[in-house]
Amino acid sequence: MIITEVNVREVAALANLTLTDEEIPRMAADLSGILTHMDKLNELNTDGVEPMSQVIFENEETATLRPDVERPSLSNADAVANAAISGGGFFKVPKVIER
Amino acid sequence: MDVRSLTIDQVQTGLRNKTFSAMELTTSALAFAQAENPKTNAYLLFCPERALAAAAKVDELISNGEMLPPLAGVPIGVKDVIVTKGVRTTCGSKILEKYIPPYNATAVDRLEAAGGVILGKANCDEFAMGSSNENSAFGPVRNPVALDRVPGGSSGGSAAVVAQGTAVVSLGSDTGGSIRQPASFCGVVGVTPTYGRVSRYGLVAFASSLDHIGPFSRNVADAATLLKVIAGRDSMDATSAFAPVPDYNATLAQSVKGMRLGLPKEYFAGLASETASKINKGIEVLESLGCTVEEVSLPHTEYAIATYYIICTAEVSSNLARFDGVRYTARSEKSDTLSDMYRNSRGENFGAEAKRRIMLGTYVLSQGYYDAYYLKAQRVRNLITQDFAKAFEKVDALITPVSPFPAFKIGEKVNDPVQMYLSDIYTITGSLAGIPCMSVPCGNTVEGLPVGMQLLTKHFGEETMFRLAYAFETAGGFAG
Repeated sequence: MIITEVNVREVAALANLTLTDEEIPRMAADLSGILTHMDKLNELNTDGVEPMSQVIFENEETATLRPDVERPSLSNADAVANAAISGGGFFKVPKVIER
Repeated sequence: MDVRSLTIDQVQTGLRNKTFSAMELTTSALAFAQAENPKTNAYLLFCPERALAAAAKVDELISNGEMLPPLAGVPIGVKDVIVTKGVRTTCGSKILEKYIPPYNATAVDRLEAAGGVILGKANCDEFAMGSSNENSAFGPVRNPVALDRVPGGSSGGSAAVVAQGTAVVSLGSDTGGSIRQPASFCGVVGVTPTYGRVSRYGLVAFASSLDHIGPFSRNVADAATLLKVIAGRDSMDATSAFAPVPDYNATLAQSVKGMRLGLPKEYFAGLASETASKINKGIEVLESLGCTVEEVSLPHTEYAIATYYIICTAEVSSNLARFDGVRYTARSEKSDTLSDMYRNSRGENFGAEAKRRIMLGTYVLSQGYYDAYYLKAQRVRNLITQDFAKAFEKVDALITPVSPFPAFKIGEKVNDPVQMYLSDIYTITGSLAGIPCMSVPCGNTVEGLPVGMQLLTKHFGEETMFRLAYAFETAGGFAG
């Protein structure tokens, strides 16, 4: 699979990622190389093979459920302590809605 | 006391016989580690206050005549993708440069409850993505065995501190080989337990269906001790396993006579000759102990790299979406709108490999490509897992190399992502299947570079794996 610079810009937009003008051609070349290797999977017939999303072990279906009891969570101060900018117990972000 | 070569057993004996106190040991271990660290850059941060407080608790237990817990006073390094309450955890990334976690990982809680003394946080590839530790935003780690070479990755720092003697044991994480490959490059023991054996709570997520926490040590018994402490069901991780945790050390010394070992033929074709000859010598040692050896086949091995890099990058693109400039410290200053703030914060703060994987993952999950890449890879993952299940019907364990080559030079592969990914060929299959695997030292090349031998067993087969590794170590196999 060959990835063009146009493709790179589209995917970067989906990924919410700013790439510089220098990064874009390099990314196109790297992704093309890696995806070409990945195309190898097309050699395999996987009809009827179940997709494996997790390593699953035998357990009762409800084994991982805990009783529905409240337990302490992070305090507000702890939760915002690592925020880039916070105030009044909230995360602050650039204005979203114009008045 | 030589802190460089201490084992858990020696620490316990020293404390019990009052050869040294936990405070004395911690003080010398910290001083030694801080003095040695500039050589390798293996630690990103030391936490002396926390270490000395933990040591003081151990000394109190001793003065009260209480039983010593299994890791009492043991100096430990923790990979910087595992969160430590109140102690900065960067994941080797600029985007978390100032992040102070408000909680401990379960593995950290458990090792501290067992008396372990965390000296500091170990360097790693950014978000554990890499095979050389050159992707850390805070500089590469140098291999203590050969300072111009990489220590392997992504847990390069965790392997290096154990090899360098600046910790007795350490915690690393493994997603596609990130414990075993650095263990092999640095000449130490590294264990990737069964998926779910150790809680992932507090392990900053990279690829959730593949992430493991596991131990590094200088001998097999120490790895077994550390794994036993951190393993077991945790209600904070729904994928953590319920299976009871055996006392691995109790069965370590049992004979391995009659154990059936499989050599997957796909792993020995095209292997660099020096690595091959070391592994073959290691296999002879195991045969001399009474193990039988036969060739087996894992026919889907050649598809593993493509499968792994589709699944892991897809999971990366989801897991790293949370780093958006809002909640985790780093934010771009040149953005007026919310959307630009997200994009620029990520663009300015993620490194090249993290960006590459976010892009790949976003691509393989995007509309029109999901079935062709992601779903296809999940089906092939099933086939790879079935290969192992079939092999374990015939044999008790598999023996393979860990890496096609020993530690390479810093800078040698950094500009070629495909070559870097291909170096994971022997470790990612076990990760995809979720089976336990470990690397044990198996001699050095003529240049003096360590070679690692990989042992793999079926799910929850850690006891068998440790027994085999211990028998190999006792027979002198580590020296080659």
